[in-house]
Amino acid sequence: MAQEYRVLLEYADKIDPANAADYIKVGGYKGLEKARGMEPKALIEEVKKSGLRGRGGAGFNAGMKWSFVPQDAPVKYVVCNLDEGEPGTYKDRIICQKNAQALLEGMAICGAAIGSNQGYIYCRGEYPFVVDLLKRAVESAKAEGVLGDFDIEARMGAGAYVCGEETALIESIEGHRGEPRFKPPFPGVEGLWGVPTVVNNVETFACLPYILTRGAEWFAGIGAPKYPGTKIVTLTGDVVNSTWFEVPTDMTLREVIFELGGGVKNGKKFKAVQVGGTSGAFIPEANLDCPIDFDSMGNMGAALGSGAVLVLDETRDIVDVVTRISKFFEHESCGKCNPCREGTFRCREIMEKINNGNGSEKDIDNLQLLSKVMQKAALCGLGQAAPIPIDSTIKHFKHEYSRKLVVTSGKGGH
Amino acid sequence: MTNTIGELENDAKAIFIIGTNTTENHPVIGYKIKQNVRRNGAKLIVADPRRIELAEMADVYMQFVPGTDVALMNSMMNVILNEDLLDKEFIANRTEGFEDFKAILEKYTPEAMEKVTGVPAEDVRKAARIYAESEAAAICYAMGLTQHSTGTDNVKTACNLALMTGNLGRPGTGVNPLRGQNNVQGACDMGGLPNVYTAYQNVTVEANQEKFEKAWGVKLSNKVGLTLTEAIGKAHHGELKALYVLGENPMMSDPDLQHVEEALENLEFLVVQDIFLTETAQKADVVFPGVTFAEKDGTFSNTERRVQRVRRAINPIEGARCDWQIICDLSTSMGYAMSYDSPEEIFEEIRSLTPSYAGITYDRIDVTGIHWPCPTVEHPGTPILHREKFNRGLGLFHVVEYKEAAELPDEEYPLILSTGRSLFHYHTGTMTRRSSGLDAHKPHNELEINPIDAEKLNIMDNEMVKVVTRRGSIDIKAKISDILEPGVIFTTFHFAEAAANRLTNADSLDPVAKIPEYKVCAARVEKIS
Amino acid sequence: MISLTIDGKEVQVPKGTMLLEACRIAGADIPTLCYDPDLKLAGSCRMCVVEAKGRRNLLATCVTPAENGMEIHTESSDVIEARKIILELLLSRHKLECHTCESDGDCKLQDYCYRYGVADSRFDGEGPHFTKPDPNPFIMRDYDKCIMCTRCVRACDEITGALAINIKDRGHHAKISTAFDGNLADSTCVFCGQCIMVCPVGALTSKVSAGKGKPYQTEKVVTTCTYCGTGCTLALNVKGDKVVGVTSVRDIEKSPVNNGALCVKGRFGWDFINSDERLTTPLIRENGELRQASWDEALDYTASRLKGIKEKHGADSIAMFTSARVTNEENYLAQKFTRAVLGTNNVDHCARL
Repeated sequence: MAQEYRVLLEYADKIDPANAADYIKVGGYKGLEKARGMEPKALIEEVKKSGLRGRGGAGFNAGMKWSFVPQDAPVKYVVCNLDEGEPGTYKDRIICQKNAQALLEGMAICGAAIGSNQGYIYCRGEYPFVVDLLKRAVESAKAEGVLGDFDIEARMGAGAYVCGEETALIESIEGHRGEPRFKPPFPGVEGLWGVPTVVNNVETFACLPYILTRGAEWFAGIGAPKYPGTKIVTLTGDVVNSTWFEVPTDMTLREVIFELGGGVKNGKKFKAVQVGGTSGAFIPEANLDCPIDFDSMGNMGAALGSGAVLVLDETRDIVDVVTRISKFFEHESCGKCNPCREGTFRCREIMEKINNGNGSEKDIDNLQLLSKVMQKAALCGLGQAAPIPIDSTIKHFKHEYSRKLVVTSGKGGH
Repeated sequence: MTNTIGELENDAKAIFIIGTNTTENHPVIGYKIKQNVRRNGAKLIVADPRRIELAEMADVYMQFVPGTDVALMNSMMNVILNEDLLDKEFIANRTEGFEDFKAILEKYTPEAMEKVTGVPAEDVRKAARIYAESEAAAICYAMGLTQHSTGTDNVKTACNLALMTGNLGRPGTGVNPLRGQNNVQGACDMGGLPNVYTAYQNVTVEANQEKFEKAWGVKLSNKVGLTLTEAIGKAHHGELKALYVLGENPMMSDPDLQHVEEALENLEFLVVQDIFLTETAQKADVVFPGVTFAEKDGTFSNTERRVQRVRRAINPIEGARCDWQIICDLSTSMGYAMSYDSPEEIFEEIRSLTPSYAGITYDRIDVTGIHWPCPTVEHPGTPILHREKFNRGLGLFHVVEYKEAAELPDEEYPLILSTGRSLFHYHTGTMTRRSSGLDAHKPHNELEINPIDAEKLNIMDNEMVKVVTRRGSIDIKAKISDILEPGVIFTTFHFAEAAANRLTNADSLDPVAKIPEYKVCAARVEKIS
Repeated sequence: MISLTIDGKEVQVPKGTMLLEACRIAGADIPTLCYDPDLKLAGSCRMCVVEAKGRRNLLATCVTPAENGMEIHTESSDVIEARKIILELLLSRHKLECHTCESDGDCKLQDYCYRYGVADSRFDGEGPHFTKPDPNPFIMRDYDKCIMCTRCVRACDEITGALAINIKDRGHHAKISTAFDGNLADSTCVFCGQCIMVCPVGALTSKVSAGKGKPYQTEKVVTTCTYCGTGCTLALNVKGDKVVGVTSVRDIEKSPVNNGALCVKGRFGWDFINSDERLTTPLIRENGELRQASWDEALDYTASRLKGIKEKHGADSIAMFTSARVTNEENYLAQKFTRAVLGTNNVDHCARL
């Protein structure tokens, strides 16, 4: 029987998440203390050695990312991505609500590594209570004197999915329209207000205190070797236990859904699971034995993404679900680059046409061609990933599309 | 300009704008100043009685009482002197007369001058520090500085400021008049002035006279002629009998139009050469139809002394002749044969008589214009003047004391009227009022008046009001605007139907430059009931 | 210097060179829509994408620095496919009325559709719905032709500094807008028309020139502006011996003062040239009225009147006002005429006014 492995959420509901003293009682801020005693280079090496990879979805090695920051820059920033806009994802909120001090400590550790004394938390507009909590948490940590000269400011987003993309997030903090920047230059070199900036996800930061206190080797030994550690997954949809779990990264999808999740609700049969958020691929039952780690999921043509797990039972209409998803992307495309701005709009149009029973094989061909160009040519991850639900369902559930197509009469008037 | 336009975008670390509404009257220069401020963080000091667009982005904005320019700049120099922000090396090596000049500055403390200029002393200090401490600071001015009975004093004072801080002869510095008309620089360079031949060769210097007599094959007068404003005065008195006006419109542009009208009517003979039947042409005895810039070849010299090509794009419209051709024809009719095949041939003659243009040829400026002085065909031109020395050798400090404007407000005429220009029109409107888009967008004149003054007079926005001065009155639309302080009103001179120069003063000329005091005259506004 | 291969050709470029430049050095013609050498990079049209060996995604060359050892293919099948689809996506939101378009023949969308054989768009759903009337007399804003390259937004910000326009709304519904989507006249717009200058299609055009000639029908004559003393270079557009428009000369060598930037007067204030109020014949006052006269009559009459006054009252009883608007050559002749023919130094102009 698969089991949770709690690290970040070990003391969930046992301590006051905003209270630094509570956190210190269970070993908090020891990691930061250790980090501050280390040479920045050695600290970055330690994080690299742990194998910690970004938990926001891109899976980039955290220590590596930090090492790109020029040490001699006079001003640098640490930015925490708490935009958490992926439908079905709420792990970052849970981390804040259960263990906010670990996030603050992680950001301060990053600050020690790159030589920054200012952190920003960019919080999604729908989480005003989390901003309140974080503000209290920062005050509490300051009162305990544990943050030293590292300051953290929590800022509220305004409800744009694209602002989860790190450069759009930076634009938004700067007060501009939320649109991604082209990379390079990467934020590590030219980020917030033009200075070197590390942007990491809440979960990534929250791992750091434990890596520092328990050691890089300990962390590297958990779960999948190439994507070690734990991952918080959030289960939604037609699953018995729709809740969160912290699991080692080598757990399979089947274990997550059927063992921790308790299987499909109401005794229905499983049809598909979408992992990683709205832009994730739909995975059929045959592929459920894949471990959830970043690379295994990638090899399957899917993505771990944010760790959202949306389960669909046998009664769900895949084309209808994907049509709704295409509406979401039409709405959330920022409109900067052509493939995404027009592509998401046309995807939605064609999906609706098919879903309404007016589509043809030609429309499916057009969708696939458009999907390919969007994935290859869009400016940022949003546009590149937006067609994946369409692409993956045409691949695995083509029959559901075919069923809805207009039955064209053969030539010759039969 | 002592320096170039490009330096205002790239080299100047601070720019002091006084008496130029740059974004309206030299828009492209305005863009460059804005970009320097926004992109490079250049400091901007704006001194203007109207809170013009550039004031909004200025580090210091000084809204001063019209006509107190000398008081304002002297108080800046008082700060520079007292805070020891001067460029001593520059003063020692490149200037003279500093001690005499220094002596007068003592009384111009910012506090004392606050009562005169209306500018808070702290702002003056801040402005003085920014200007004096910047690595390269440029002064830009236009007619807001010059169109005063103290216009020459104002310009000399601006020069003192630059000399005192060593802001001359280097990139990004200079004293830079932004000239209002396409070829006003060229008209001066070409000797279109009563005291000089081309390149400012004085008519009273015998050698110059001989040189031109030889070139032109006639005897010449060594008596300095009449300036435009003086000529109008002489016509009014009946001493001037005939006037030939080429592409000018004094019936709109000159002060006190009633006076101008009487003067022109008093002439025995008035010839006007223009592209339209202007207000002046309507008074003429003979009108010659000239052509626009699109119909002829030639050169213009811009405000940064860059000589650039003008190219014929279309043939002269049926019946009109190129202006150079008309002058040649008339000259020939009068018995002095003038015959040139092309403007280029005229330019070759100019080069032979004009040292600062001697090195410029049509070939050399085919692609990129050249800044005069350019003495030889090998010379690259001179973008920045006064690099090593000034024309007279050492830069001279002028002792300039503040003098009040000639006509100050009183009980009968309680307001100060300033006149100027709009972005959408040009000079007397001859061209822009006949440009469909411009005239459609801005079809009538407006009188800017502060809300407090408007309320006192019970005037609503867009209401037709009467502006009255000792010279006359016009009916005009009121535009209530807080870009002016109470007590100051502003209008433009582009519109014949509400001609600002019916109001202006022809008697208050600068004694040296003979420039009229368009920025200050006493006026009142009346409600038309 | 770094070295890379572009379409099989090895090129060396300084570090920091963008791929777009490297491709051009290698002789590859890369299509661009949002790229403008004088404006900040946007990297958004994605027309300039190329394939790099070992990279999953296509690279937008305008914003991607060249790297040592890159192997670039500028016209691979994936690249051509992407460009065609991008063009089709743009056509699907673009009002296709080339026959009446002011930019016909000077339109990058047209050029690239021709180059890649894109006649129509497979995306035949909802068409463009962005245009709304703006009654200003200068700039036609036909956003049903807009391709959202944002060059106008950047020019307004980076050249003029007016910040009159920006992007409103998101996704497909994003459009160029003033604050609160009002008319230009109610915004901070100064009608310089720099937006027209940089627009690669026919979304922004001059109302003053509308219907007077397509770009390829006009000859461009480079000259100096007739208005203020800045001395901006501009091109008079001529068709059938008539000036029908003004366009920018976007070349710092040829347009050293303004590099193509103009103001409202320079760009839109040219049609006085064709005004039917122009004087087309000399006039002589007779019985208080001006009447038409021949050139010979007017010249002879003027010569004799001036000679008469000079003889009677002396040379200094005559003055000439030359002009700050005519050429140097004409000013020279005017003062020469005054001094050598009239015999007086009474020559001045409106420098002080």
